[in-house]
Amino acid sequence: MSIFGEVPQAAPVAVFKLTADFREDQNPSKVNLGVGAYRTDECQPWVLPVVRKVEKMIADDHSLNHEYLPILGLPEFRSSASKIALGADSPAIKENRVGAVQCLGGTGALKIGAEFLRRWYNGTDNTKTPVYVSAPTWENHNAVFSNAGFEEIRPYKYWDAGKRGLDLEGFLGDLESAPDHSIFVLHACAHNPTGTDPTQDQWKQIADVMKRKSLFAFFDSAYQGFASGNLDKDAWAVRYFVSQGFELFCAQSFSKNFGLYNERVGNLTVVAEDQDNLNRVLSQMEKIVRITWSNPPSQGARLVAITLNTPELFAEWKDNVKTMADRVLLMRAQLKEKLKALGTPGTWEHITEQIGMFSFTGLNPKQVEYMVKEKHIYLMASGRINMCGLTTKNIDYVAESIHEAVTTVQ
Amino acid sequence: MSARSVFDGAVFMSSEMKLQEDFKRDSHPDKVNLAGREYVGEHGHTTWLPLVRKIKQQIATDPTLTPEYPPILGIPEFTRRATELALGKDSPAIVESRVFGVQTVGCTGAVRLGAELLRSCCCSNSSWSGPILLSSPCDDSLLGTFKAAGIEDVQHYRYWDAESNGVCVENMVHDLENAPERSVVVLFASGHSPTGAELSQEDWKRLAEVMVTHQLFPFFLMSAQGLCSGSLKQDAWPVRHCVSLGLELLCAQSFSHNFGLYGERVGHLLCVLKQNLLAVQSQAEKLVQTLWSCPPMEGARVVTTVLNNPAHLVEWQESVKAIAERCMLIRERLRERLRLLGGPWHWDHIIKPGGLYCCFGLNTQQVEFLVQKKHIYVLPNGCLNVSAINSRNLDYVAESIHQALSSQL
Repeated sequence: MSIFGEVPQAAPVAVFKLTADFREDQNPSKVNLGVGAYRTDECQPWVLPVVRKVEKMIADDHSLNHEYLPILGLPEFRSSASKIALGADSPAIKENRVGAVQCLGGTGALKIGAEFLRRWYNGTDNTKTPVYVSAPTWENHNAVFSNAGFEEIRPYKYWDAGKRGLDLEGFLGDLESAPDHSIFVLHACAHNPTGTDPTQDQWKQIADVMKRKSLFAFFDSAYQGFASGNLDKDAWAVRYFVSQGFELFCAQSFSKNFGLYNERVGNLTVVAEDQDNLNRVLSQMEKIVRITWSNPPSQGARLVAITLNTPELFAEWKDNVKTMADRVLLMRAQLKEKLKALGTPGTWEHITEQIGMFSFTGLNPKQVEYMVKEKHIYLMASGRINMCGLTTKNIDYVAESIHEAVTTVQ
Repeated sequence: MSARSVFDGAVFMSSEMKLQEDFKRDSHPDKVNLAGREYVGEHGHTTWLPLVRKIKQQIATDPTLTPEYPPILGIPEFTRRATELALGKDSPAIVESRVFGVQTVGCTGAVRLGAELLRSCCCSNSSWSGPILLSSPCDDSLLGTFKAAGIEDVQHYRYWDAESNGVCVENMVHDLENAPERSVVVLFASGHSPTGAELSQEDWKRLAEVMVTHQLFPFFLMSAQGLCSGSLKQDAWPVRHCVSLGLELLCAQSFSHNFGLYGERVGHLLCVLKQNLLAVQSQAEKLVQTLWSCPPMEGARVVTTVLNNPAHLVEWQESVKAIAERCMLIRERLRERLRLLGGPWHWDHIIKPGGLYCCFGLNTQQVEFLVQKKHIYVLPNGCLNVSAINSRNLDYVAESIHQALSSQL
């Protein structure tokens, strides 16, 4: 009997199935509001101008060596990426208690962080330590932590469907009732899928409880720069926690803000109590990396490092990021206006109040089905839409379709 | 926040790269690094093939290439070509659609994914629960990869034999014959790490028969196809032979050495199954998402471009052959020097296998002598990377090895 003979079929990942269905759809009006990737107003992927420039620089550079990168990754990438998250003048960096591991995208950073925590956080053997993820959250969070060996993945209250906003009371309540030392996965900004972030004041309340109960903050930062258009503003929460003395992890992705989805550029920033702890952590992470992918890929990390470390290129990049963020803000504003103009029932303030790539429209599953089947507009069953899928050419059609869905489908 | 760190319990782990770091810090003028993981040329460093450089430049300026998320399992063209490279275009497994491939992050990524797939079989309805059999010796990281994937039952089969400075096939056959049915056996198709020791085709035929009879499942590692014998086909022969016998198998491939694409992490996991292919493929997708979501594109694009183009393919095969021939030449020269230095030892084991690695069966003191006293950095057991031996250091290396062996008589 074959070893693999009884392996069951795994369910397809919803968001990729959505894109596959979209591709097969022959309808000329079809719109893809599913996958979280940036699109131009022509609905095309966008290679950032600064990326094109640096790509060519790398290809023409004959001095580059082609060896394996160090296991922990390209040093100049790791340090510059951490500076982006924590601020170049971060006291923690000055105190030599910040380190990083170059990883395969945000997923890889979460993976290495999770594997480390399971083995070494707060003693050893954390298979029973609860890991809390927001309700709802990115659908892959659960699988990454579960596969790293954590047996207890629990939701914490986050989205209030009724008021279409943050359920702060529920969130704080779940923090209070969590066992001390539990691990909490926090979205640094531009929460996926709701687009709803805590305000600064709310973050302070969250941090208070977490400090009191020694809860571990594991930030997932996939949209820095993309949320408000400003890198520092988007990093406020992470930096606040560091200023409050938290040790923490921050899984950074450069897929969205560099448009480098395909080169898997990620960074796990580690903030520890002191340099000695940091060194021990990194030494164990090196071992974990070695038996996962051994060494990270060089292309994307080189590109990001050169960009972040060269003033003119850094400025150009920030500009490119702002271009993307601004287009999203424009689409948000226009969608809300059109829905209001159509007199679509309900309030639509959340479309402009929410931040980042995604909007939780509030459409229920039946209405979503209507959008997909009748209007060929592809969005997640949760009602999540990718604002980047909207363009000046399709926004009228989408607004009208939402109007139809809300008024004719209950 | 209390002053106590939540990372207090993390023990300091000495880096695997310590030997490399020591070498870098060593200021001795005659130092030689024979413990590296890359193929280096006569000049002492890694190179790209001119072809690879050209293709990379094309990729960098190609306006049609988009930076989109690739498929979870990688570029379909890449996995198709990588599969054909390993199994041969006309392999029955390909013809009968009994194979799928996954683009991975290097060979390590392929092994890790394969290990995760096997572990997931343990946890599902399947009755399989191990063990995995690894060669003795094997790289620590190989063992670590299986353990990290959650596979508890790991055993060893005898491979390297100190007496003969090669493989003792009798012992290996015995150990496999006595392994539990449905054990997974990790085998190097060619270029064993770290010893470089090889099996003949006759040996492989024997082993394959044992695996068929005892229902063992081969998990091949093919980290440097083409680099050992100079022939892509010959280096893959053990895998192809097992497929021809109807065995199911996994094969982890690396394109690091044979394309010089170390930094790019181009790997491939091949799965040849009898049944249930789509289900296993769907599980592989699920597992990839917990590891790296989807693989990096740059290196795979280069490999695909070469393997898709007949002219590029020829140029590439020539360069692989040249590397293999240089390694063989170095081995012959080393053997000759050692022979001239005299002593009771035999040196045929140096030239018998091809590829990067060679093992002298040195004990700890001898290894220490080489590293500390002669500044020649070698791996445990006296395994070494022959590509780092060149016309400038050949004499010094040969004399030092001779000294190491003589001093312990």
